[in-house]
Amino acid sequence: MPTETEKAPSSAIQIRVEPRDFELGVEYESLRRRSSASGAIVAFTGLVRDFNAAGSLAGIILEHYPAMTIKSLYAIAEQAMAKWQLEAVTIVHRVGRLESHDQIVLVGVSARHRDAAFDGARFIMDYLKTEAPFWKKEVSEAGGEEWVDAKDSDQRARDRW
Amino acid sequence: MIKVLFFARIRDQVGCAELDVELPDMVDNIDGLTGVIKAQGAAFEEALSDPNLLIAVNQEMAGGQTTVEDGDEIAYFPPVTGG
Repeated sequence: MPTETEKAPSSAIQIRVEPRDFELGVEYESLRRRSSASGAIVAFTGLVRDFNAAGSLAGIILEHYPAMTIKSLYAIAEQAMAKWQLEAVTIVHRVGRLESHDQIVLVGVSARHRDAAFDGARFIMDYLKTEAPFWKKEVSEAGGEEWVDAKDSDQRARDRW
Repeated sequence: MIKVLFFARIRDQVGCAELDVELPDMVDNIDGLTGVIKAQGAAFEEALSDPNLLIAVNQEMAGGQTTVEDGDEIAYFPPVTGG
C-alpha cells in the first residue's frame, strides 16, 4: 500500500495518511520539538470500537480518496492554526483493514495556553469527521461487511464552531 | 475527457471505481455532467440521485453549478465517515 506523507516547509503542520500504526509517545515528542513557544499540548486518539447498534464487530475497513485526503486535512489544520494561534499540528489517519481496539486517528496540537489547545484539537476532529474523504465499512464477527452511515451528531458537533 | 471517480457505497452501487466521460459541447457544469453519467444506466441513475451525494471537482467540494472543464477530475461519494 502506498504511503502519503506531506510536511509543511516549517514542519508546523505534519500530516500522514497510511496503513501503518502510530505511537503516541513518538508523535508527542515530535510535537514538543516543534513547539518552543507553547505551554500546552493536547493529543486525541480515536480507536476502533468492538460494537455497533447491531452487535459485536471484528473490525473495520477504511477507504479514502488519496488525492483529496491530504489536501482536506491540510486545509482543516491551517484553519485551526489561524483560529487559535496553534504552534504545531500533527494529524495521523490510518487506512485499510483495522481490528477492534486498533488506533485509527491521532490529532495533536500545541498552543500557548490550554484552552486554545483543547479547542483547536476538538475543532480539527469535528471537521475531520465531517469533511475529510474517509469512509468506514464495518466487518461483523460473522464476516459480513456494511458501510457506516454518517451521523447527524457529527454534523452538529461541527456546526458548533 | 473528464475523469470521474466513485467511492465507497456509490462505487459499489455503480459497479466501477472510475469512468472516462467525453464532455458534450452543451455541458459545462456538474449538474450537466451528472445527467450525462446517469444516462449510462439504471445503476448510475439510482446512485447519483442519492440526496446525500457529495461531489468534488479537482479534490475540492463542489455543487451542481460548479463549472466543469475538459481535464478535470470529478468524484462522487457518500457523506464521509472517517475519524
